[in-house]
Amino acid sequence: MSNPMSEEGSLLSPKRPWSQKSARKIIAAITPALIPFIAASILVKSTGLDGKAGFFLGWVVTSFLVVLIWPIIIRNSNGRGDLFLQNCIALSAVIFLSAVTWLLSSVLTPALKAFQFSLLTHDATTVGVDTPLNEGGLLHALLGSLVIVGLATLISVPFGLLAALYITEVRGRLVPYTRFFIQAMSGVPSIVAGLFIYAALIVTKVIPFTGFAGSLALAILMLPTVARTAEEVLRLVPDELRSAALALGGTQLRTVLLVVIPSAKTGLITAVILGVARVAGETAPLLLTAFGGNSVNLNPFSGTMATLPWYIFTQMTLGTDNDVARAWVAGLTLLILVSLFFVGARLLGRKGPGRR
Amino acid sequence: MRLGDGVENQVSALLEVPQKIEISTKRRLSDRIFRGILIFGGTSSFFVLLAIFLYLVQRSLPVLKEFKFGFFTNSIWYSGDGFSASSGSADPANFGLLPMLYGSLLIAVIAMCIAVPISVALALGINFYLPKKLASSFTFIVDLSASIPSVVFGIWGLFVLVPHARYWAAVINHYFDWIPLFNVSFPSFDQSPFVAGLVLALMITPIVTSISREIFSQTPLDLIQAAYALGATRAAMIRTVVLPFGRGGIVGGAMLGLGRALGETVAVFFVLQLMYDKINFFRILESEGGSIASLIVARYGEATEFELAGLFGAGLALFLLTLAANFFAAFIINRSGKGKKS
Repeated sequence: MSNPMSEEGSLLSPKRPWSQKSARKIIAAITPALIPFIAASILVKSTGLDGKAGFFLGWVVTSFLVVLIWPIIIRNSNGRGDLFLQNCIALSAVIFLSAVTWLLSSVLTPALKAFQFSLLTHDATTVGVDTPLNEGGLLHALLGSLVIVGLATLISVPFGLLAALYITEVRGRLVPYTRFFIQAMSGVPSIVAGLFIYAALIVTKVIPFTGFAGSLALAILMLPTVARTAEEVLRLVPDELRSAALALGGTQLRTVLLVVIPSAKTGLITAVILGVARVAGETAPLLLTAFGGNSVNLNPFSGTMATLPWYIFTQMTLGTDNDVARAWVAGLTLLILVSLFFVGARLLGRKGPGRR
Repeated sequence: MRLGDGVENQVSALLEVPQKIEISTKRRLSDRIFRGILIFGGTSSFFVLLAIFLYLVQRSLPVLKEFKFGFFTNSIWYSGDGFSASSGSADPANFGLLPMLYGSLLIAVIAMCIAVPISVALALGINFYLPKKLASSFTFIVDLSASIPSVVFGIWGLFVLVPHARYWAAVINHYFDWIPLFNVSFPSFDQSPFVAGLVLALMITPIVTSISREIFSQTPLDLIQAAYALGATRAAMIRTVVLPFGRGGIVGGAMLGLGRALGETVAVFFVLQLMYDKINFFRILESEGGSIASLIVARYGEATEFELAGLFGAGLALFLLTLAANFFAAFIINRSGKGKKS
């Protein structure tokens, strides 16, 4: 964007008086950002506000004031609105980023302090209340999460894919309704999904508390994510490809299986991974379905099964120092797991053929 | 003669009526089966929603029959000995959902009051202010934070945010006591709707941001450039072109965020004190609140069969509430999406 400016430059090179930097402009840009910090420090020193929390509160309040007042002081009426909006945007970006950073750092600090490798390789059969951290761990929860989410993926992906294919390939009368219901389904609260499986299968004694029941509940939550992402990807497959395949005599089945799906392969994998990232951290439905447990159970069809979110939940409710420390470690593990899935989906999605 | 033969052959070949090729638009069997399977998949979401509704209604029938509509308008949650009055119980259970319903809406509204302005500003910044590279990495951060599990928000909220928020609430209460909104009867400032609203706000900001960002990015370029050509500043362009165009997207995104906030369970469960028998109308710093989802998690462990029916009824109410929010959101987003094509 920035053009090197020269005095005797060619006539054609545009001059950009607005992007020239002068000391006055730089000061005018930095001052409103500095004022809240100074004001907040003065507030902390002079009034009843104290500590980091007080500083943050003072900073937020004075920032708001500066955002409102500063533009009126320094600009004419045309530039005022512009500067005001710009300040608002900068302020909300700072608030959002600092909140997210705060969240992540406050998970990292206690989790890294408590982390021991043995936590990842043992289950909790030997752990009672307030057992020291070097005994037992969260292996059972980690494996349980993987099994349940994997099974949920196996259940929901075919349905999600079929729904997406129905919208992009059949294009029948029901398409608007299908999209509407998928959108509505994506808003089903996670606890209601769990409650549904509990009401339909567990209370009626069709299946007991098992990992499978948890997978079913997660599949309900996962289906809309998979379907919507897959639909978007499939829509990017050019119609010429479909027409060409049909003109060569292919049936619609073969067109879809041999042309449409392969050409959207990476995008579809992205859809699946996004679905996994969506449900990997769900807690509420698992409380009602897979329940939990202290030992490694790899069979989703018999016995209750622990998962990472459930493990965090119970450790938190136990509340002793070591239990909470374990909860932080499990939280970090879960966070890393989910972000790995998410980043993987993004990297694949960037490479996908749809994004040309 | 030879020549004649050749001509004759050619002529007869020409005269020969070619075999009729039937052009049929009838679908082949494989296609019909394939389409059938796709229709099955396409309608599955409808049937799942229907099944959820029917099962929840069926399971909550005992409670709905016992309390009729009062289940949604009374303010009490008393398990008694776990049996209904009509079954001849000496200490009958009595369930009314209103404080939870209202509390759910209250914390969701608090969350939206914080999250929606921030989200809209972020979306505007990503689309119109940040340079391309910075904008895409910012989008990445926003989307990544949308996938932070709710239980992590819960543990952070309980152990990290609550001590700070208690202090903020005390400060707000100290200086703004005269506004009824910030008045409290008992100054503990713990587990108030305010704290729950803060946690929810952080949870829904990424969702509302990504939806508004998407709608804003569909603003027709010619309109934007026309505004600039008329001499509009960036703020004026946004006010006259982007915001009117994206209004539906903002409202739709906010409704989706509302749906998410209403249904959020674990994060709220840890940071909110449930108050079953009276409604906390607006005193958001008081440690009394309600949340249907938290009610279910809090009570289901020791629930008797009759109370379980009550919890299913609560789930039904939550389901209908979020469904309404989402239908509304879908309706508005679709409508604003259609508007842009014309």
